[in-house]
Amino acid sequence: MNIHYPGGPAVTPVKQITIVIDGEEVSVPEGSTILTACNAAGKDIPTLCYGDTLTPKNACRVCMVELKGSRVLVPSCSRKVQPDMVVMTDTDRVRHSRRLVLELLDSSVDLSTTPRIPEWKERYNVDSDRYGKRASESLTRDVHDPGEHHAGNGDVAATMCQPIKIDNDLYVRDYSKCILCYKCVDACGTQWQNSFAIQIAGRGFDSQISTEFAAELPESACVFCGNCVEVCPTGALSFKSEHDMRVAGTWDESQQTETTTVCTYCGVGCNLNLHVQDNQIVKVTSPHDHSVGHGNLCIKGRFGFQHVQNRKEDGGS
Amino acid sequence: MLVFWGSNAREAHPIFFHHALKAIHKGAKVYAVDPRRSKTAEWADSWLGLDVGTDVALAYGIGREIIHAGLTNKEFIANATSGFDDYIKKCEPWTLEVTSRETGVPAELIRQLAHDYAKAERAQICWTLGITEHHNGTDNVRSLCNLALLTGHVGRWGSGLVPLRGQNNVQGGGDMGAIPKNLPGFQDVGNAEHRAKFERLWNVTMPPKYGMTLSEMMHAMDEGHLTNLYIIGENPVQSDADSAAVGKRLENLDHIVVQDIFLTKTATYADVVLPSAAAWCESDGTFTNSERRIQLVRKALEPPGSAKDDIEIMRLIAERLGRGWPKQTAEQVWDELRAVSPKHYGMTYQLLKERGGLQWPFPDENGPESPFLHGRLWEKDPAKRGQLAPFGTPEHSLPVDKLDDEFPLRLTTGRRLTDYNTGVQSGGFNSPIRFGACVDLSPEDMAQLDVNEGEWVRISSRRGSVLAPVRKEPGLRPGLLFMACNFPDEVDVNALTIEANDPISGTAEFKATAVKIEKTNEVPTWERNLFAKLDREKQDLVPAK
Repeated sequence: MNIHYPGGPAVTPVKQITIVIDGEEVSVPEGSTILTACNAAGKDIPTLCYGDTLTPKNACRVCMVELKGSRVLVPSCSRKVQPDMVVMTDTDRVRHSRRLVLELLDSSVDLSTTPRIPEWKERYNVDSDRYGKRASESLTRDVHDPGEHHAGNGDVAATMCQPIKIDNDLYVRDYSKCILCYKCVDACGTQWQNSFAIQIAGRGFDSQISTEFAAELPESACVFCGNCVEVCPTGALSFKSEHDMRVAGTWDESQQTETTTVCTYCGVGCNLNLHVQDNQIVKVTSPHDHSVGHGNLCIKGRFGFQHVQNRKEDGGS
Repeated sequence: MLVFWGSNAREAHPIFFHHALKAIHKGAKVYAVDPRRSKTAEWADSWLGLDVGTDVALAYGIGREIIHAGLTNKEFIANATSGFDDYIKKCEPWTLEVTSRETGVPAELIRQLAHDYAKAERAQICWTLGITEHHNGTDNVRSLCNLALLTGHVGRWGSGLVPLRGQNNVQGGGDMGAIPKNLPGFQDVGNAEHRAKFERLWNVTMPPKYGMTLSEMMHAMDEGHLTNLYIIGENPVQSDADSAAVGKRLENLDHIVVQDIFLTKTATYADVVLPSAAAWCESDGTFTNSERRIQLVRKALEPPGSAKDDIEIMRLIAERLGRGWPKQTAEQVWDELRAVSPKHYGMTYQLLKERGGLQWPFPDENGPESPFLHGRLWEKDPAKRGQLAPFGTPEHSLPVDKLDDEFPLRLTTGRRLTDYNTGVQSGGFNSPIRFGACVDLSPEDMAQLDVNEGEWVRISSRRGSVLAPVRKEPGLRPGLLFMACNFPDEVDVNALTIEANDPISGTAEFKATAVKIEKTNEVPTWERNLFAKLDREKQDLVPAK
């Protein structure tokens, strides 16, 4: 809503910028990204590290497009539109790049809970088995010394595979599924939560998301807001309730409803999306486009719903 | 610039604090005024650690400094306020030195806050229960209002007074008339014209008398005027000050009805319990948040057992009383409110849904919204400016529960990030960062008492006594204790607190209790039970031979 309030920031009309995407003209407000323009033009650009509430990190390179006059492909999620840009989203070069990115990710990371992966694999002819057999679970990813890395002998493809971390009742960390997109780090850091409980530890292929000294979450600076889980694109971070149901084989999104309501724990008025299966809240997310919370919640809003169901387990009255 | 005065928003309003953090990263200056060096104070440029209950004095000291430094907004004071001369007189004794001596805050910090606040282009004072839960809570609020009037930090974009509501719908409850003096939509029970509007709508005659506040009801129970009580969604036996006195009053009543989503401690006193649906997820309706934003609440779950929607319970009671109210949806009830409340008139359910909530006043469907109030004070035309905003001249008055040789320590209470009120909701999930019931002591007091973390101590006030384990809190100054109020089943903090109520708001002085603390070998029953349970579990773990 562009309303001017007395003393408030000036509302200046936003200029429209016209660019060409795959031969068709499209106009978007100045300051938009190529990705926004592509979406407006009805193009389906794959993204992984892009987050609608976060500053683009340019980490995953899956949204690359070809830009006329540019030597290299450009990340559409961060590159701003400029007048008369000519963008190509589906050239051989673009397809080849996306294929490689997806093959490298899929050969080293468990993408089984990442939405749309099968579709993209088919679209870009991804053959992630061509690097050979995948390396088995490593128990030492958290304990390597800085700078120390032993190159493999080529028998197996290096993987992120490691045991799942379950150290509390609220959310679990399955870093075998982590693509190092940095979204959780940014959500925990200056962009939203400012708790700084997690960062990237290590270098190169050894790097992974970690708490300080790889401490368990309850011993770390984590305040269990779950705002990292909210933005995780692969399911590396997931709510304990969802994890347990997946393990038990009862997680069924087709049987779930999603209802937006308002948190009951303080006067701020954060919006909650309650995911309900069999009349039980199984997960709480928050709408990213809402002015109060922008997808963020605190521990009570995110996890404090249990009292309602405890009532049911007690048999109601 | 942001001043958090008696507000630990980082823990109590975490997502509001996200907005503050955005400002902090853009360079906003932050002051924290709080007896505790709280999590919020950790983000502040400066922390003013005042003694509990000296807020009025500190505000006068700041006001005097602003006046003497010539930093007042003269034009705004002349155009939009009244009572400035009296205010100046009242400020005069509060030199930096006197204020510093009374509040315990270094004079230089008081001067800095005064100058930064007055010179800031935009400044907000945010407060919570640290201001209001005093016997003179209303005076505290007026003192903060004075500072805003003095500098013109009110009614402008980015400047203002921000009371942060502690509960999801306490704003909405008041707006809807759950206040003894008000009808829904800010209309006065004492005003015949306002009453007539409702009488026409409901086809009834309404008594012109104001109702009682909670504290007045307590008084009326003592005197025997109030013999029947209908309690909806409140747990006064655990949430109100001096819990022993509250329990005794309820025992003496003729009849109590409790309508709640849980069988709370209060419900155990009831003759009739009406199980209700959880408003936030088992029924439709609206909540109004701290920024006056009305948002839709939606039913996501079927309530358990025979629990019913609050609207339906009311209707059924009316039916038993011989009134055939129609069955109404939440939206129909809302439309009824819109019909009598001009400030809500423009807010249809459709608009509330499309816009993700709307801030009142919103009299017209075409808007605009009102992101801040009191903008009229800046109008050039005196007619549009309307009634002048009065400076208040409250007296500084120390907490009712005085410190003396027997009760030399000051206990203050509050909420932690992971817990909420009497714990009946937040107790439902396993928080990895929950300390549980404990008493926070400064390292200095721990050394003086010769106690270690985890040791049990007995904390006593003039009204009661409880046992609690010690937790070290370096954010406390010597002589100041803190206890979270969220675990009344383990440690009944309100057995200690004093029922000294603010005469206007009726709020009790939860923030200032005089206590003493003693080492003890006693361990309370609940803890013994816990140990016994742990022992049993350990035995269960021993492998069978």
